[in-house]
Amino acid sequence: MGLDIFQYSFIVRGLEAGIIVALIAPLIGIFLVLRRYSLIADTLAHVSLVGVALGLLLGLNPILTAIAITVIASLGIERLRVSKRVYGESALALFLSGSLALAIIILGLAKGFNTNLFNYLFGSIVTVTNGDIYVIAVLAFIVLVSLSLFYKELVYITFDEESAQVNGIRTHLINMVLIMLAALTVSLSIPIVGVLLISALLVIPVLIALQLKTSFAKTIFYAEIISLFSVIAGIVISFYLNLATGGTIVLVMLIIFVVITFIKKR
Amino acid sequence: MSPVDHTQNIIEVENVFFSYGQCDVLKDITLTIHKGDYLGLVGPNGSGKTTLIKVILGLLKPRRGLIRLFGDDIKDFQNWHKISYVPQKTISFEVGFPATVKEVVLMGRYGRRGMFHKVTAEDRKKTEEALKEVNMWNFRDCLIGELSGGQQRRVFIARALASQPEVIFLDEPTVGIDKTNQEELYAILRKLNKDMDLTLVMVSHDIEKIVQETMHIACIDRTLVCHASPEDFLKDSPLQNILGYNIKMIHHRH
Repeated sequence: MGLDIFQYSFIVRGLEAGIIVALIAPLIGIFLVLRRYSLIADTLAHVSLVGVALGLLLGLNPILTAIAITVIASLGIERLRVSKRVYGESALALFLSGSLALAIIILGLAKGFNTNLFNYLFGSIVTVTNGDIYVIAVLAFIVLVSLSLFYKELVYITFDEESAQVNGIRTHLINMVLIMLAALTVSLSIPIVGVLLISALLVIPVLIALQLKTSFAKTIFYAEIISLFSVIAGIVISFYLNLATGGTIVLVMLIIFVVITFIKKR
Repeated sequence: MSPVDHTQNIIEVENVFFSYGQCDVLKDITLTIHKGDYLGLVGPNGSGKTTLIKVILGLLKPRRGLIRLFGDDIKDFQNWHKISYVPQKTISFEVGFPATVKEVVLMGRYGRRGMFHKVTAEDRKKTEEALKEVNMWNFRDCLIGELSGGQQRRVFIARALASQPEVIFLDEPTVGIDKTNQEELYAILRKLNKDMDLTLVMVSHDIEKIVQETMHIACIDRTLVCHASPEDFLKDSPLQNILGYNIKMIHHRH
């Protein structure tokens, strides 16, 4: 096969963006999964589609509009959840279907039902520009720094929110931070796996690492390895077999999940 | 001969009301907890014991009334590291939360360390001391979910200890634990109260043990029914009707 894969600059850009996203996705994912918030990733992904649609309508970079809309909506979701006026998962369902409806209308107005939209729905590393990589890298850096600043507090509220609050942890603030970081991560992941598969990127590597039943720190470490391996393998395999990249990445993850679960069961 | 000033009020609850929607759960509760106390909080199911604790800890907001912690109104209270909480159960680890015993106990240090500050060698030392205090140091690298109920309780007490509190609230710490482990747990609590001068507030439905172990008993049935020493608590026969116990059969240890 040789090295001819690297002759294509779009593959190199895709790998760069993919590796960055693969690094941060499980770091957010572990807190979402353990707090039973997995559905938040999917909800935010649908919200991000509104941002993409707006970007297409206004002729702006859809990733940037997606980031703006998703972060704003994430704060709304958190407020609705805390107010307890609706059940937690119902709040998510509300935002998920509502944003999809809005996205469809805006896309209609933008005459956006074309192949361009498909790239955002299903991911397409071909469309990643050097500018996108710059945006992804900067925002990923912000997510990483925020996570390391709030790591202790995130771990504590994930394990036992009430005790954390009694111990003086500002749980409302930390919850806000977590959902905003999740919103950023979701928006960054759009070019790699597309809106419809983003939650897999956040959730599956963590689910695999949890099968290994080890400490918190090691679970994060394993999830990182699995995530990086799956994204790189997915991009390379999809290139040589001419498959859709997002789908290939998620299938690689699922295969690892099945294999590890099978081994652990025996 | 303990040097603890047992007259110092550390927790004052004055005329506190709490309701979920239209339903009054706590009515006009006034209760003072002194430094060095070992208070047992008893009452029938649904009497508001856990709710009262959560109101005192600031997890729930009372509809009316005043709560003072270490002399400060709860709204202005800053020194939350002085207070630790051992909740009845945390759902998160039942399905295999990926945390070792040491990681769990270290969490107890996080509030004291404060935001944006890294965990230090002192935090690790206090974690080790707390785990040794409850005889769980040998289990430090086990996953929390792999331990028995009694062992998990001891780890949570260690987490509470790690923040070097002055008072620990425990909500039904012995539920679902066999007799031997219960005895061990009570022995640890006695040691914390007597040797380390920690104030303990324990919710329990096990009247017999509460009478034997604690210094004061507060009986709650939405209102405060009585706040008495175990001896007086045993004499107060109307309580039998509320608690549905024949408390005359119980003997006080002290």
